[in-house]
Amino acid sequence: MDLYEHQARELFKEHGIVVPRAEVTDSPERAREIARELGGRAVVKAQVKTGGRGKAGGVRLAADPAEAEEAARHILGMDIKGHRVGTVMVAEPCAIEREFYVSYVLDRARGGFLAIASAEGGMEIEEVAARRPEAVARIPVDPATGVHTATAVRIADAAGLPPQTVDALVRLWKVLVREDALLVEVNPLVRTAEGRIVALDGKVTLDDNALFRQSRWGEERPASEDSLEARAAAKGLNYVKLDGEVGVIGNGAGLVMSTLDVVAGCGARPANFLDIGGGASARVMADGLSVILSDPGVKSVLVNVFGGITACDAVADGIVRALDEVRLTKPLVVRLDGNNAARGRALLDARAHPLVEQATTMDGAARRAARLATAASTAG
Amino acid sequence: MAIYLTKESKVLVQGMTGAEGMKHTRRMLAAGTDVVGGVNPRKAGRSVDFDDRAVPVFGSVREGIESTGADVSVVFVPPAFAKAAVVEAADAGIGLAVVITEGIPVHDAVAFTAHARSRGTRVIGPNCPGLITPGQSNAGIIPPDITKSGRIGLVSKSGTLTYQLMYELRDIGFTTCVGIGGDPVVGTSHIDCLTAFENDPDTELIILIGEIGGDAEERAAAHIREHVTKPVVGYIAGFTAPEGRTMGHAGAIVSGSSGTARAKQEALEAVGVRVGSTPTETARHVLEALADTATDAAAPDAAAADGTAADGAAREGARA
Repeated sequence: MDLYEHQARELFKEHGIVVPRAEVTDSPERAREIARELGGRAVVKAQVKTGGRGKAGGVRLAADPAEAEEAARHILGMDIKGHRVGTVMVAEPCAIEREFYVSYVLDRARGGFLAIASAEGGMEIEEVAARRPEAVARIPVDPATGVHTATAVRIADAAGLPPQTVDALVRLWKVLVREDALLVEVNPLVRTAEGRIVALDGKVTLDDNALFRQSRWGEERPASEDSLEARAAAKGLNYVKLDGEVGVIGNGAGLVMSTLDVVAGCGARPANFLDIGGGASARVMADGLSVILSDPGVKSVLVNVFGGITACDAVADGIVRALDEVRLTKPLVVRLDGNNAARGRALLDARAHPLVEQATTMDGAARRAARLATAASTAG
Repeated sequence: MAIYLTKESKVLVQGMTGAEGMKHTRRMLAAGTDVVGGVNPRKAGRSVDFDDRAVPVFGSVREGIESTGADVSVVFVPPAFAKAAVVEAADAGIGLAVVITEGIPVHDAVAFTAHARSRGTRVIGPNCPGLITPGQSNAGIIPPDITKSGRIGLVSKSGTLTYQLMYELRDIGFTTCVGIGGDPVVGTSHIDCLTAFENDPDTELIILIGEIGGDAEERAAAHIREHVTKPVVGYIAGFTAPEGRTMGHAGAIVSGSSGTARAKQEALEAVGVRVGSTPTETARHVLEALADTATDAAAPDAAAADGTAADGAAREGARA
């Protein structure tokens, strides 16, 4: 889960990293007030979970409270790369002398965290790395010891950061560990004209798997804007909305991803990712079908199950009972293979629903579902 | 032969007395696994009856090893306790810890995989189905009855895709199938398994199943070019995954241009790996590659004269 800039700022502040004075609001009038409280001049920044805000016009410097109000009015409601701006952060401006980049990021290849630092901050680190790779230091962090002063000194030296940044590097590591973050990034970390080290902008990505012990973020969770995704999440379904016409239900993340690819290979577009995992109960099947059938883009539905641990007759039973509960409005193609497949197919045959048909292979089922969807699109 | 797990393996189950642990211990025993004990400090000294076999419960992994000579542990404990369980197993000197548990915080996985490495313990997983050497032993939750023992080695990030291919190729069979897990940080990589299969005399061909996220498949491709002489057939899931969304597995996410299925497929094909566009086509590539190997072995100089093999090689790009 990505945090908003203002949430990252709060975390930095809690761990003793210096941040600019700032406040968040969704009201232009309040933005004016905040600017006045900050002394008149202020930076108004869109709060969105994506990069490139500055280029999109989502960051404005206001010379006085009236300008801050106008800036907030302009920025609120703006669309930045598909993200609607709901709040702005009004912050005290900072006299920047130098800009640096520091982050701790998960290095999947090594199975540990990496410190990345550069004396050339303020721009995208990928750009710096591409242009002047020698300007970016990458130091693996030993998980057994973490980042204490000695490691922080090594990171700062390698990147050519001034010794004053060492304290911020140590504190930033604490943010990463205490908050179970997968990424903490400060860009830019600045030295002000007064010689203070300030985290001017930051990004934090938390580990969804650790939310059970990071309870304060618990309520934040389904921040998903798609209402189908919100409905699916409320039912505990592992669902991702896509933009297509073939609804997909399968068991196991890998097999479902593969099913989407096979549908796409048949010339249709998958409408969603839905992994029912091992629990192919009638409840899960009915919930899944009802979410998929309320997607107006869906023209056909494909159920692709390989019975490994899950038995296919249990899946078929789930489908049959779901059909009593959910009114099927689109053709449903079912492919069952693996454990008890024959019994599962027989159960579906016995139900003989006019909109349900079966296929024996994954490729054949995807082809059929794609054809049905295309036919429905052409007809409708 | 096999990799990591044989009929000689003596298996402990951490979390055996929980619902999942009970269910899968019964399945493992039925598949021939030598399950020598469970671990649960609160139920130490008791035993659990599985059909015709009573399996003792030990208070610690160390006790389990001392009493039974166990060398493998399968971990089913809940996410909050998984780190302590793996650290305990590594400190007790277990050789292999197979971590089935899904939903373990990444910081914990970083800590226990590093700790295990420092103790010489191999970790498979977390968030994996485990591994099976068909006909010999099954450590985890892979269905044992959908394939047989044979000459293919398989390494995969995904459970159900593994089952799909095990089933499609059930007539040829497998030496060992390893599900390395779909989390961002795992103890055993594709490369570790490729190395083990390359050194296993009974494995004639290796299937590598990957998915979006990270660059493990690209690194595996570089490894194959330098170090793998056996034919490798690949499959990648997630071509249609949208950027920035996690697809089921915590590690399955495309960030910018990195981690895409296309990049992984291209990296593998560039080193001569045949990559199937569907699981079924992947199985077909395996059959073709095995036929090519057989033809080459029978008449090394006449391979080009065999139209089918030559066409197949030209179409798929012959391995250098």
